[in-house]
Amino acid sequence: MMNLLVESPVAVAQAQIQGQIDIKNLHIRLGHGKHEFEAVQNVSVSIRPGEFVCLLGPSGCGKSTLLGALAGHLAPSSGTIQVDAQPVKGPHSDRGLVFQHHTLFPWRKVIDNVAFGLKMKGLPRAERHERARELLKLVGLAGFEQHYPSQLSGGMQQRVEIARVLINHPRVMLMDEPFGALDAQTRMMMQELLLDVWERIRTTILFITHDIDEALFLADRILVMSPRPGRIIEQIPVVFTRPRHSEIWTSDHFIHLKRRCLELLHLKNADFPLRRLTPLGTAPCP
Amino acid sequence: MSSITEAVTISSEKIKPHQLEVERLARRISSIVICLLAWHLASTRHVDLGLITFQNMPSPEEVLAAGWELLQSGKIVSHLTASMSRVFSGYLVAVVTGIALGLIIGRSRTSADTLLPPLEMLRPIPAVAWIPLSILMFPSSELSMIFITFTGALFPILLNTIHGVEAIDPRLIASARSLGTGRSAIFTEVILPAAAPSIFTGLSIGMGTAWFCLVTAEMIAGQFGIGYYTWASYTIQNYAEIVVGMLLIGLLGMTSSIAIRKLGNAMMPWRVSRVNK
Repeated sequence: MMNLLVESPVAVAQAQIQGQIDIKNLHIRLGHGKHEFEAVQNVSVSIRPGEFVCLLGPSGCGKSTLLGALAGHLAPSSGTIQVDAQPVKGPHSDRGLVFQHHTLFPWRKVIDNVAFGLKMKGLPRAERHERARELLKLVGLAGFEQHYPSQLSGGMQQRVEIARVLINHPRVMLMDEPFGALDAQTRMMMQELLLDVWERIRTTILFITHDIDEALFLADRILVMSPRPGRIIEQIPVVFTRPRHSEIWTSDHFIHLKRRCLELLHLKNADFPLRRLTPLGTAPCP
Repeated sequence: MSSITEAVTISSEKIKPHQLEVERLARRISSIVICLLAWHLASTRHVDLGLITFQNMPSPEEVLAAGWELLQSGKIVSHLTASMSRVFSGYLVAVVTGIALGLIIGRSRTSADTLLPPLEMLRPIPAVAWIPLSILMFPSSELSMIFITFTGALFPILLNTIHGVEAIDPRLIASARSLGTGRSAIFTEVILPAAAPSIFTGLSIGMGTAWFCLVTAEMIAGQFGIGYYTWASYTIQNYAEIVVGMLLIGLLGMTSSIAIRKLGNAMMPWRVSRVNK
C-alpha cells in the first residue's frame, strides 16, 4: 500500500521539458444574442511542464470549451492563456488536439496521416516517413502503414491520431475524452498505452474525461469542474507511483479518492443534463 | 490485440471479385438486350396503347440501317469531332469555374451572399432559352454552342462542389490547423480532398448534362455535329436518323460519364477500398 505513494510524482529531468501552461482569470462566453451564455467562469490554473492533468466534470460543464481555448480554436472573452510564457493566439502545432472521435484524413494512408505534421513543416518525404514509422511502432501499429483509416478499428484509429499529434513533439497535448467512444476493454488498453507512450515522449497532457476511474488512473492531478458556468472547484493530487498498472484500481487510496470525486460531482451536479460542448464551441443540435 | 487481428481479416477478406464482376456484366448486357427486344416488338407490331403509340416508330432494324448509312458516308467523323470538341470545351470551362466558385462559395459566407443569388437565378433557365442571347453575346456560333454546353455542365459541378465543401467536418479542419497547416494549405490538403467525392459526383452529372444540351446548342450549327444531325433529321422528318442521333448522344454521354467516374475512382483509392470491403 505505502509503496504506491511517493512524494513527488514527476520530478525526473524536468529541466528540458517544455509545456508550462498558465491560465489567469479566464472567462469564455459562447453563443450569440440571447443564446449567449458563460461556458467558463474565472478559471485560473497553472500546469507544470510534463504534468498529466485530468479535467473532470459533468457533461456540458465547459471542460471542452477550456480545451478549445487552449488549442486556439476558441477566443477567451477575458483573461489570459499562456504556454511557456507565450500567449495563445490561434492553433499551433505546439498544442496538439485529440478529439473523442478520430479526425484522421480518410484520403491519406496511415503513414501519411502520421507524417502530416512534418509535411506541413516542409520535411522531405523519406525523413517524415521514417519518423512516422517510428511513432507507429511506438503505438503498436507497425505493419499498418499502408492501410487507410477506414480499415482500422476505433482503438487503432485513436492510436494513429495520438501518433499524428506526437510526431510534432508538441509542448502540450490536449485530449477531449479521447477514449470515450471505445468499449471498456479497449479503453483500459488505450490508457496503459497512453501512459507508456507519455513516459517515452514527455509532454504536458491535459486530458478531459467524465470517467473518474480513468482520471485517477492517468493523472498526476485532477481538476474537478462545476456544472455551467464551468469553474474549477477542487484540485486533487494523485500520487500513485509510475509506471502504473491496473492493480491500483482496487487499492484503498484509489477508492478513497474515487469517493471524494463522486462527492464533488454529485454535490454540484445540475438538475438537468446540459447540451454537450465541443472544443470548437457549441455542438450542433442533435 | 484483438482489434489488430480484426483489421487483418478485413483486408484479406475479398470474396471472389472476378466471379461477381462477370455476373454483374451479364445482368447489365441482358438488360440492354431486353430493351432492344421490347422496342423491336413494339415497332414492328405497331403497338397502340391509346395514350402512347408505336405505330410510326422506326424499328431497330431501320435505325441500324440508317446508322450504317451514316457510318458509310464518312460524315460521322466530322459530326463526332465537331460535337466532342464543343462538349469538351464547354465542359472544361465549366469544371474550372464550377470548382473554383464552389470552393470559394462553400468556404466564405460573404462570397456566398454575393455570388449565389445571381447564380441561383440563372440556374433554372433552360439551355434553349439561352440560344438567342448566346448568339448575340459571342462573335462566332462555335463559341455560342460551347457556351450552351457550358451552362449545362456548370450548375451540377458548382452545386456539388458547394455541398461537398459545406459538408466537411469542421473538426477535420481544426485538427489540420492544430497540426500546423497554414490557411492556404488547408485548401489543398484538406478542403479539396475532403470535398473530392462530392466534386466527382458533380463532374459525372455535369458530363451528362453537357451532352444533354448538345442538340440545343447545335440547333445553331451550320453543318456538323451529332446534335445538328438529329435536329436536321427532325426538320426533314427522317425518323430513323433522329433515333440514330439520339442513341449516339446517349452512348457518348454514358461513355464519358463512366470515364469521369473511373477517373474519380482512380484518384480516390481510399473510397474504392471502402466499397470493396
